[in-house]
Amino acid sequence: MLERAEIIRQEYLRHDKKFPHVWCPGCGNGIVMGALLRAVHSLEIDKDEVVLASGVGCSGRMPTYVDFNTLHTTHGRALTFATGVKLAKPELTVITVMGDGDATAIGGNHFIHAARRNLDLTAIIINNSTYGMTGGQYSPTTPFGSISTTSVYGHVEHAFSIAELAVTAGGSFVARGTVYHASHLEQMIKKAIQKRGFSVVEVISNCHVQHGRRNKLGGAVEMINSYKENAVTVGKAEKMSPEELEGKFTIGVLADVEKPISTQEYQRVIVEARRNAEKIAKEKEKNRVKRYE
Amino acid sequence: MVTSDQQKRILLQGNEAVVAGALAAGCRFFAGYPITPASEISELLSVKLPELGGTFIQMEDEIASMGAVIGASLAGTKSMTATSGPGFSLIQENLGYACVTEVPCVIVNVMRGGPSTGLPTSPSQGDVQMARWGTHGDHPIIVLAVSSVSDCFSVTVKAFNLSEKYRVPVIVLSDEVVAHTREAVALPDADQIRVIDRIAPDVPPEWYKPYADNNRGVPDMAAFGDGYRHHVTGLIHDDHGYPTQDGKEVEKFIQRIHRKVSKGFQEIQVIKTHDMEDAEICVIAYGSVARSALRAVRDARNQGVKAGLIQLVTLFPFPRKSVDSYLRQCRVAIVPEMNMGQMSREISRVNQGGCRIVKHNKIDGHLISPEEILKHLITV
Ligand SMILES: Cc1ncc(C[n+]2csc(CCOP(=O)(O)OP(=O)(O)O)c2C)c(N)n1
Ligand code: SF4
Repeated sequence: MLERAEIIRQEYLRHDKKFPHVWCPGCGNGIVMGALLRAVHSLEIDKDEVVLASGVGCSGRMPTYVDFNTLHTTHGRALTFATGVKLAKPELTVITVMGDGDATAIGGNHFIHAARRNLDLTAIIINNSTYGMTGGQYSPTTPFGSISTTSVYGHVEHAFSIAELAVTAGGSFVARGTVYHASHLEQMIKKAIQKRGFSVVEVISNCHVQHGRRNKLGGAVEMINSYKENAVTVGKAEKMSPEELEGKFTIGVLADVEKPISTQEYQRVIVEARRNAEKIAKEKEKNRVKRYE
Repeated sequence: MVTSDQQKRILLQGNEAVVAGALAAGCRFFAGYPITPASEISELLSVKLPELGGTFIQMEDEIASMGAVIGASLAGTKSMTATSGPGFSLIQENLGYACVTEVPCVIVNVMRGGPSTGLPTSPSQGDVQMARWGTHGDHPIIVLAVSSVSDCFSVTVKAFNLSEKYRVPVIVLSDEVVAHTREAVALPDADQIRVIDRIAPDVPPEWYKPYADNNRGVPDMAAFGDGYRHHVTGLIHDDHGYPTQDGKEVEKFIQRIHRKVSKGFQEIQVIKTHDMEDAEICVIAYGSVARSALRAVRDARNQGVKAGLIQLVTLFPFPRKSVDSYLRQCRVAIVPEMNMGQMSREISRVNQGGCRIVKHNKIDGHLISPEEILKHLITV
């Protein structure tokens, strides 16, 4: 185990570059990064073949630290850049990492359309219930009634369930994990990368500094422990009553469906378009020859 | 006798010629969102690109289109989008990203009347200053204007070439008149077209510094997946591409991305002149208005007025040097524009004082006619 951790540390982190990182001590982002690196490592994907794209936020800094082809895009737009990369070089493994605000507020439209479109991409969304980087304003996943720097009297809006949103929008593979269940998270990310089509892993994570502190949820340890208390596997949840599920959330695979992948479908378009163009060119040539005859 | 040139002549619309130019320059990726009067570019590329093994995608909006264009270019594919005013507003965020990450790409803006949803789809030149300054921060950018169908081809080729060579986004400003006018043009054969590609690094990956300065001021560019793993960020970055807040590094970076463009002024700044040798009055025009201006200048000559035309192909960086010498030569410069005077401001700015700058602005959604310009030429 230790050995693998050491390999990952040596192989996948950019040591000579920008450490220490910007994350607060205890932030869940590091756990997600670890799970992602272990997943890529166990899948034995060549680092040259991996593109990690992020939006802007604390989560958005992840690509800076890892030794892939890395792309820190604009706020909310990671999936649009990833779409271009993937279409230009379909052989690459393209993964995006986004915050909850990044993916479902400013990037919400891109997110649902990426799911609908079903390109072969993986989206990891770190849901810490707040805008961490800008100082803890409410985000689309801030729970009703919560305190944030822009809802000091309690939040009056309702939260998105990101994974359910992804299922509805058409994601081929959708899973939820938490930063408490680190090895489960690794498995979910691994499955997501392996899945051909648009895959989403929502990760419930702690921003104890901006969200936890204001809502008396404790520090990093208390928050992370609470995920252990409140997470219920998808299978178990099916057997529970709505009352029993009150205050809980599901983890595991929420959707795993097969449908045509637009990246591959477009290859078919290319073949057809080429054939058609050749046919037209041949006809033209024939007509030209006829005219001279 | 039918010459071979005449044989090759085909009837093309401006938007179609943009497509032909883009493909000839090596464009193999397009992302866009429907908008009149630019949609023909999307429609045609959706057919033509896959024939060449390229990719067309219609995104959910223009923000996304611009993101996808940058992503594809980072993966090594020449890429473009095409839009009009409202979409041009939306691309600005990621356009700035392309400027700061030095990602080659071409953006065609077929201008229509604004502001906002404005005047769909009457011609306008209202986005000229926005093309230069639309995205926030001090950024380098190149803005070219087309005035004819054959321009649509050649200027689009040039746009790609400059973008690749200087690693800077290039904006092609078209307008509704040029875009939808059909003209007979003879397009050059593929072997007659000079195509420039970005320069890939030749050092081993471990030596590669993706944003290091060199004598051109333009770093070599590796594509994602080519073994040169590197970091790309919209944050101001050091030679390695990693974010920096070190004042010295920040300054060095911002200076370099501007310097690389100023180094290329000679080839970037293009103007065309007609009858300027002995001109005493000149018209300075661009886009479809330059066509009206040319006619007006010829008519004025017939009436004995020593008139000439300076057609701006490059709007930004403003071709100051070449325009300046004509401003010294002329008594009056008339600047007709389908806006409230966006380029005339620029011309007044560079004018050293000798020449009187006369604005002629039309904002009613109609093209400025030769007669309107002629009236100025014979009365000023
Ligand atoms: C267009 C734009 N608007 C606003 C911002 C400022 N901004 C930076 S990060 C951020 C919020 C990030 O929150 P989230 O996506 O939840 O990620 P976290 O920081 O919590 O990881 C915002 C609003 C920006 N960079 N760009
Ligand atoms: S502010 Fe929150 S999300 Fe950001 S690094 Fe700190 S704990 Fe993590």
